[in-house]
Amino acid sequence: MSPTDLRDGVLEREAMAALAAVLDPELDEPITDLGFVRSLSAGTRGDVVVHLRLPTSFCSPSFAYLMASDAKDALTALPRVRSVVVQLDDHHDSDLINRGLAADAGYRGTFAAEAEDSLDCLRETFRRKAHTAAMERALTALLRSDPGLSENDLYQVTLGDLPDAPTTEALRRRRAALGLGTDAGSRVLVDGTGASYPEHEVPLRLRMARSVRVSIDGNAHFCRGLLRTRYPESAQDQAPCVHGDTDPAAPARTTSHPLLPLEVNAS
Amino acid sequence: MYSKDGEDYFVLDAHVALWDARPENQLNVHGKQFIDCFYDYHRNLSPESERWSYEDYLYYGGERLMKDLFEDGYVDHAIFQPAILGAFYKRGFGQTEEAFALAQQHPERLTYNHAFDPRHGEEGLRQFRRDADRFGLKGVKLYTAEWFGDSRGWKLDDPWSYRYLEACQERGIRNIHVHKGPTIRPLDRDAFDVADVDTVASDFTELNFVVEHCGLPRLEDFCWIATQEPNVYAGLAVAMPFIHTRPRYFAQIIGELLYWLDENRIFFSSDYAIWTPKWLVEHFVDFQIPEDLQSEYGSLTTTQKKKILGLNAAALYDIAVPEHLRVAAMPAEAQPQAVSIA
Repeated sequence: MSPTDLRDGVLEREAMAALAAVLDPELDEPITDLGFVRSLSAGTRGDVVVHLRLPTSFCSPSFAYLMASDAKDALTALPRVRSVVVQLDDHHDSDLINRGLAADAGYRGTFAAEAEDSLDCLRETFRRKAHTAAMERALTALLRSDPGLSENDLYQVTLGDLPDAPTTEALRRRRAALGLGTDAGSRVLVDGTGASYPEHEVPLRLRMARSVRVSIDGNAHFCRGLLRTRYPESAQDQAPCVHGDTDPAAPARTTSHPLLPLEVNAS
Repeated sequence: MYSKDGEDYFVLDAHVALWDARPENQLNVHGKQFIDCFYDYHRNLSPESERWSYEDYLYYGGERLMKDLFEDGYVDHAIFQPAILGAFYKRGFGQTEEAFALAQQHPERLTYNHAFDPRHGEEGLRQFRRDADRFGLKGVKLYTAEWFGDSRGWKLDDPWSYRYLEACQERGIRNIHVHKGPTIRPLDRDAFDVADVDTVASDFTELNFVVEHCGLPRLEDFCWIATQEPNVYAGLAVAMPFIHTRPRYFAQIIGELLYWLDENRIFFSSDYAIWTPKWLVEHFVDFQIPEDLQSEYGSLTTTQKKKILGLNAAALYDIAVPEHLRVAAMPAEAQPQAVSIA
C-alpha cells in the first residue's frame, strides 16, 4: 500500500469503525459483520457516502430505518467528517427512508402517519432480548463446563462466578446497554430491569431465555444466508457469527477485502 | 403416504399455494420485490437438486402442483393457504378460482382455505360470508402485513377483526391460520409481535389459531403464548427447510416447540411452492435431535413424527386417516399440555 493510499484510506477506516458500533437491533450484531454495508467511500474533504443493503426487500421498515439512521448518526459524530449520505438500497421503503435521512426528518418526519411516537420502546424491547440471550449463553456454557451444577444452582450465580470468556464479556456489554450493574457481585439470572426471579422459577426462566436465544440465532442464520443469496458478493463482507453455533454455509471471510480492512473482534 | 424402515406415515401438507407472480400480473415494483424475496427463500434453503428456475417459480399451474405434492411429494392431503396481496398483484397473488377448482376436482386431496381482510369493513364481511358458503370453508389464512390503501398492516384484536372472527364462529370456520409480516401501524411496535394472537385465542376459545412459521422471527413470544393458550398451534412453514441447511437449528426449534407446546399441536408444512414436500418429508423422517442437544431436548420419537407430519392437522380438519396409518394415542383424543408457569 502506497503512502497516498494510506492517507486516503484513513477516513474510510474511521468510518467503517464507526459503523461497526451500529447494531442490527433484532439480530444483536454489528451491521458491518452482517455484511449490510454495501459500499463506503470517503472523499479527502470529509464527505462520506454509505450504501446499505438488507437480506430482503421486505425486511421490517422500522428496523431498516433504525440501522440507517444510527449509521448516519455514527458517521456524523466523527470529527473529520463534513457531510454524510446514507442510502438504503433495494428496500420496499428505500425512497421513503432515503428521503427522510437526507432531510434529517427523524422517525416521525419520515414515516408521517404510520409513526406514533418513537422507536425507543422497540429498541428497548430488543436490548432486553439481546441481554436475555447473552445471559442464556453464559449460563448454559457454565452448566456444560461444570457437570456438578444444576439448573437450580443458577439462582445464586453472579458475574464473578462466570469464567473469563467471550460469553461473559458479551453479557457485561448487554447489561451495560440496559443500565444494569456489571460488578462481580451482580446476580446473572435477572430480567430486563435487573430484578431476579423467585428461586423456584429459575429452570423455567432459563428455558424462556433459551427460546429467546434460539430465536435470535436462527434469525441471524436466516438473514445472513438470505443476504448471500441476494447479493453473492456480500459473502466476503460477512464476519463469522460472534455467538451461537457456527454457520457452516458461511464462507470464511478473506482479510484482503478492501472494504473492511479492520480485524474482526470476536466478542 | 411415505414409508421408511417399516413405518408408514400419513402426510398432510398444511400450507400450500397456487400463485401467479408473472410480470403481467404484477401491479407495481412491490409485486416483483415480493416474489424475488420468496425466490431467495427458495434458493437459499433448498438443496441444489430441488431448485427451480425463476421462470418456473413465477407460475407453475395446477398440473405441476398435483405432481409435486401427490405424485412425487408423498402428500396425502394438502390445504391451500392463499395470500391475496391485492396491492401488489392485479389478479391477486394466490389464484383463488384456479385453486378452488382444483380442490373441487380433488376433494379427497385438497382443502381450499380463503383469506379475509377486516379493513374491508361491512361490505367485506358480507363478501366473506358469501365466500364461506361458496367455498365451504373450514379455515382461513390471514396475512396481517397485507397493504390496503394507506395502511400496511392490521392486528387480530382490531375491532373489525373481531367482527370477522365472529363470522368464522357463526359459519363453523374453526381454523384460523395467522401469518405475521413486517409492517403494522404504528411502526413504533414490533410488527412481528404475536401478542394479538394471545388476545383473540382467549376470546375465541372455539377457534384454533395456527401461527405459521411458529411465530418466527419471534419463536420465544409464540412459545410463551402457546403454552398458556391450548387453542394455539404451530405451523412449521419456513422452519422446515432449516432441516437441510441448519439441522442443529431445526433441532432447537422442534425441541423448543415440543417443550412449550406438545406433540399434538405442531403441523408439517412445505409452504409449497417456496419449497417442495418430497425432500422435506424424507429429511424429517430421517431426522433426529443431535446427541449433544438431547440433554436439553430429548429425542424425537416415531409417534411424534407421525403426528407432526399429518395426524395433528388431520384431526383439526376432520380428515379421515386410514386405520393402518394411525397411532395409539390419536391427537383428537389428547388433552393439550402446557408448561406449568408460575
